[in-house]
Amino acid sequence: MLDYWKIDGELIKRVADNARLKLTEEEIEKFTIQLKDVLQAFKSLDEVDTNDVKPSFHPQKISDVYREDKSEKFSWEPLANTKHKEGKYFKGPRIV
Amino acid sequence: MKLEKISVKEFLLRTKVGDLDLEDFSAHVIENSRSIQKKYNPFITLKDKIQAPQKKGKLFGLPISVKDNICTKGMQTTAGSKILEGYIPPFSATCVDNIMNEGGVILGKTAMDEFGFGTFSINCAYGIPKNPLDTDRSCGGSSGGASCITAAADFPHIALAESTGGSISCPAAFTGTVGLTPTYGLVSRWGLIDYANSLDKIGCIGKSVYDVALLLSVIAGNDPRDSTSLNVPKEDYTKFLKKDIKGMKIGVPEEYFEGVDEKITKVVWDAIKKLEDLGATYEEISLPHTKYSLPAYYIIAVSEASTNLAKYCGMRYGLHLQLQGNFDEYFSTVRSNGFGEEAKRRIILGTFARMAGYRDAYYLKALKVRTKVIEDFKKAFKQFDVLAAPTMPIVAPRFDEIEKLSPIEVYMMDILTVAPNLAGIPMISVPAGKVGGLPVGLHLMSDYLQEGKILQIANAFCL
Repeated sequence: MLDYWKIDGELIKRVADNARLKLTEEEIEKFTIQLKDVLQAFKSLDEVDTNDVKPSFHPQKISDVYREDKSEKFSWEPLANTKHKEGKYFKGPRIV
Repeated sequence: MKLEKISVKEFLLRTKVGDLDLEDFSAHVIENSRSIQKKYNPFITLKDKIQAPQKKGKLFGLPISVKDNICTKGMQTTAGSKILEGYIPPFSATCVDNIMNEGGVILGKTAMDEFGFGTFSINCAYGIPKNPLDTDRSCGGSSGGASCITAAADFPHIALAESTGGSISCPAAFTGTVGLTPTYGLVSRWGLIDYANSLDKIGCIGKSVYDVALLLSVIAGNDPRDSTSLNVPKEDYTKFLKKDIKGMKIGVPEEYFEGVDEKITKVVWDAIKKLEDLGATYEEISLPHTKYSLPAYYIIAVSEASTNLAKYCGMRYGLHLQLQGNFDEYFSTVRSNGFGEEAKRRIILGTFARMAGYRDAYYLKALKVRTKVIEDFKKAFKQFDVLAAPTMPIVAPRFDEIEKLSPIEVYMMDILTVAPNLAGIPMISVPAGKVGGLPVGLHLMSDYLQEGKILQIANAFCL
């Protein structure tokens, strides 16, 4: 695991950019301290020997469920909750 | 009409034979709920008028409150977040449809920590619910509104709640109500606003064990629209409440008493002794990976949450701003305005734990530790019917005490509830006694799909 002292504002900013969050300087400072605290406490996971242990993505084994491959019409109005639309389309921000 | 102290069971017997004026009753319920709302704030949305039941059924005329992360057609659903303000789902969750098909009526949408991110219902965009037993104290989280209205209501009612890491058990313990979290996959998650898909479970909070068993009988069942829904036949869970508990074996995990308030420990041990008097036997056992369940839970939960929350970007529903700048700038501005502080913190943590270079050390490691936690339980359930422990290490804290806690100190409060949630096993919290006038929860856990066993013991204990 990452040593807690390697967590700095720059890393928090990089993570926030990836997550599409604009953080204020105050938030970056606060989250840096808090993330250090949290990851320091979570280092205890290293004590558990997990060699040859399979990860559990779910609590129990989940099998894939397939539906019939046929098209269906919406039974509801997909644009009902958007304020940004043009005709029958969602209107989004500029891509470039 | 005198409705004080009328139980859900008695109410349903009376509505079944038409011995109750439902219009009068509904008016009383709304009036009472409004007064509760003024005092304790359990609702994000409270209906002006209760609609007449759609059908005669198991819940005919019974008011049900719905946690605000469960979709209700035509009724605002925010998951407690500003980023979903104004969202009107065009469909209802499967469990809500099931309730209405059995004649249940929706009373309102209950307050919660934003997306379920919290232990005390203080991360709420629409006001904090207060504990009806002491308004300076939390009613627990994240299903705080659900426990609040259940504890405060003088009318028959059951709350539909949801748990990811303890969000049903904790508020039930803090308010002296009964909270049932079913096996992962027993209740369809279709129409639930996800926090962490591999952990989320819809369940119930009620005044009695009968109430939660009844509601589970209505909401459990396979749903083709949820691919993780278990293919098990529907059951009437109230049938388990008639049996005695002679010969049942209870395991008491020693790790679940470490760091627990001494007075709480005594109340829980007294409860276990009472179960022994009723004919059960108990033995102390060890679940050695308990302390690792907390970091494993948080890493998995925030990793899943950070991907789930990626969809909120101000385009299709919820918070919209003026379309300005390119997509990166617009999405980031909407998200930074719409998410509260705890949501941002969990997005940062979860994005970090899944990032290239850190993923194996955090996310994958946590999933492997989860396997060890599940193995602990599997081993225990070979020997025992039920495990018994305190639900929470403390009684409901005061808001001024909560303010002083750092995020990691808050996360640590979940130490007793995260392991069974990681394993997806059923659990129930029932009031076991009081410390300083505040309720203490007894937590009973059983193996997958063995809801009957915890209901049976919980019912015998509460009788």
